[in-house]
Amino acid sequence: MNNLIFLIPIALFLGALGLGAFLWSMKSGQYEDLDGAAWRVLDDGDDRPKQDRSEPDKA
Amino acid sequence: MSCCAAGTESAAELEALKSEAPSAEEMWLSSRALSDGLRQVDLIVPGVHCGACIALLEKELPKTAGVDHARVNLSTRRVSVVFDARDHAETVLTALGEKFNALGYPAHLPGGADDSGDPVFRELLKALAVAGFASMNVMLLSVSVWSGAEAATRDLFHWISALIAAPALIYSGRVFFVSAWGALKHGRANMDVPISLGVILAYGISLFETITHGEHAYFDASVTLLFFLLAGRSLDHMMREKARSAVRNLVRLSPRGAMMIKDDGAREYLALDEIEPGMRLAIAPGDRIPVDGRVVSGRSDMDFAVVNGESAPQLVEAGSLTPAGTLNLTGALVLEATRSAQNSFLAEMVSMMEAAESGRAGYRRIADRASAIYAPAVHLLAFGTFVGWMMVSGDWRMAMLTAVAVLIITCPCALGLAVPVVQVIAAGRLFENGIMVKDGSAMERMAQADHVVFDKTGTLTQGRPELINFGSVAPDHLAVAARIARASRHPLSRALAVMDQPDKDLPGFEIVEIPGDGVEATSTDGTVYRLGRSAFALEGNTDGDDRAADASQVILSRNGQFLDVFLFSDQLRRGAAHAVARLGELGVDAEILSGDREAPVRGLAGKLGVANYVAGVRPRGKVDRVQALAAAGGKPLMVGDGLNDAPALSAAHVSMAPASAADVGRMAADFVFLHDSLEAVPLAIAVSRKAGQLIRQNFALAVIYNCVAVPIAVLGHASPLVAALAMSSSSVLVVLNSLRLRRKTRIEGFARPAREDLSTPDASGATIGASA
Repeated sequence: MNNLIFLIPIALFLGALGLGAFLWSMKSGQYEDLDGAAWRVLDDGDDRPKQDRSEPDKA
Repeated sequence: MSCCAAGTESAAELEALKSEAPSAEEMWLSSRALSDGLRQVDLIVPGVHCGACIALLEKELPKTAGVDHARVNLSTRRVSVVFDARDHAETVLTALGEKFNALGYPAHLPGGADDSGDPVFRELLKALAVAGFASMNVMLLSVSVWSGAEAATRDLFHWISALIAAPALIYSGRVFFVSAWGALKHGRANMDVPISLGVILAYGISLFETITHGEHAYFDASVTLLFFLLAGRSLDHMMREKARSAVRNLVRLSPRGAMMIKDDGAREYLALDEIEPGMRLAIAPGDRIPVDGRVVSGRSDMDFAVVNGESAPQLVEAGSLTPAGTLNLTGALVLEATRSAQNSFLAEMVSMMEAAESGRAGYRRIADRASAIYAPAVHLLAFGTFVGWMMVSGDWRMAMLTAVAVLIITCPCALGLAVPVVQVIAAGRLFENGIMVKDGSAMERMAQADHVVFDKTGTLTQGRPELINFGSVAPDHLAVAARIARASRHPLSRALAVMDQPDKDLPGFEIVEIPGDGVEATSTDGTVYRLGRSAFALEGNTDGDDRAADASQVILSRNGQFLDVFLFSDQLRRGAAHAVARLGELGVDAEILSGDREAPVRGLAGKLGVANYVAGVRPRGKVDRVQALAAAGGKPLMVGDGLNDAPALSAAHVSMAPASAADVGRMAADFVFLHDSLEAVPLAIAVSRKAGQLIRQNFALAVIYNCVAVPIAVLGHASPLVAALAMSSSSVLVVLNSLRLRRKTRIEGFARPAREDLSTPDASGATIGASA
């Protein structure tokens, strides 16, 4: 019985973590283009953030 | 071209590849403002197939001056381009259009209203996620209760379950509660009424049990029920959305605006609804007419197929009337708008469609019809159980628990899945064959179809001419004609230009198109070739002009001397003969309604073996015919593509349009097929019927199941464990039965991939006179 006092909160916390992760990933648009995502992982081009627009294009 | 193997595109997409980039003005009109003077335009790029395409486009497009960045969405084949709109937006957009073509990825603008993102689906997914989380955890706790937890632990677990289930029910159950409440307010019962009642009652009685330290609680049942039903609903929504976005991605045929010529000669691009009667509009070759107008100056050939279904182009000159939606082919025109966009031919068709829509509104979906019987029966049964146990034992708490158990056992979990799962699988099979289904009710209506009404031009035929005397013309003449024809937009020239061999060594030509007559080409050595009408090509000389048969013809001449004659006619769409034959096997009558003249329609009907046909029908007449069929108790399926078919498409019990159809027709049709072959029609009927059969089987399974489970529940033997087992296993059974749809169609072979049809030209490709 005593074990349950921390086991159940842990179980619920982990479940909620999964739910939260799903909701977050949906909100951040990760399900918008599933086909594209499958290909993008293979693209080993440079993934640094885009340079400021005022700078000349070095690409 | 794109990096990937050809053959993955549909016919409609290939057609789109040939179209030209949208004009800068159109892109501007469809773009939307972001912050900092940036604007975003969404373009559809059918040529994107793989990672290399994504990388190339996202790397190359921003190199165009003024373009900030581009983002490719491979699933929807769309590219969002963000550009700087502060200076020279027009040059940026023009350069962007050229860049797309230079990279080999022709782009076009979305065909329908742009509603990117789908809030309803996101809500459903979130609700599903929450219900999934809750049902997993509650089930975990329930399992330990079932395996015999001691009383104190059981109470604790019940309390935790109640706490998890409450917010999940409120959040995820909203979808059903709102819909059930809406139905009840109007005095109807839909599937959501028994669902909501079952879920709420189960939660209520379980909460009461928990408070009074009772033994049985149904928290797990109420949340898993929600989870299963939400899964069904999400699937249903996903299917519809997939089809709709595919239809939206087709090339838009109606223009977004037009170039207005001001009194001082200056030009300004106006959006469609800003154009007023009396304005002068410049129409370039290749443009669609934006509003009804009268030609002020210029001479051109125009394609009126969307209006009257006739495939042969007509000559227009000053004074001719041009209805909105028709296509200007060869010469530049100046029009005077006679009506505004709201009153144009197109708008007339739309209002006719709205008037006709009432015929279909009477249809009630099979799930609603089933629940109209099912819901009262279940509720009476539960109520009867309660009353019965009250009379026998007098223990209201026990009676109530048993009644709720009956409600849970019979709750239409299987019924809620019975329809959407089958329809999603059927839609998937049709989708693989290039057929888009707008919604599930369309499939139910399709299964009932007993009469098919075909339009002729563009539906039974390809709507474009093809060279038919390929064998009898001299190869040299053909090579010259094909090279010259490349410069023209006239459909006959296009048909010739296909024969051009780019590597063939021919002298350079200086080509002038004379709208309404033909093309004149002067070679570097001074020889003058003419390609066009006989009077034009032969300069009044009539040698060889007697070969005109029941087909369109083009004559090639050299320095006024006859060289050769090319004959064209509109060809049957691939698989048309097969399709009609197969429709006969399915017990469906076919008939042709065409706006074209009597002779070609009769010829076509004879070739296809269709006994009933009517020629020269106005749009109104098509609607009347379809409504007469429906009034006689029939369930007509209308297959058509033109603007003139659109009202009939919405008047029919169910409708189908090829991807090449006019925008309005595509939106009105329940089914849209992307591939060239007309065999899509019998396939859609066959799969829909099969789906209807499986739905009825699923209902039967659910009823048989209830016959076994209900007595157990009524007699009070349904513990929460039994209820959970019963509920899940009935759902699994229904889903497994639905999955048979995938396998069976493959064996029966009516789902022959359309790609096979493309590679093996149909032997029955008979010629149909387009007689110009």
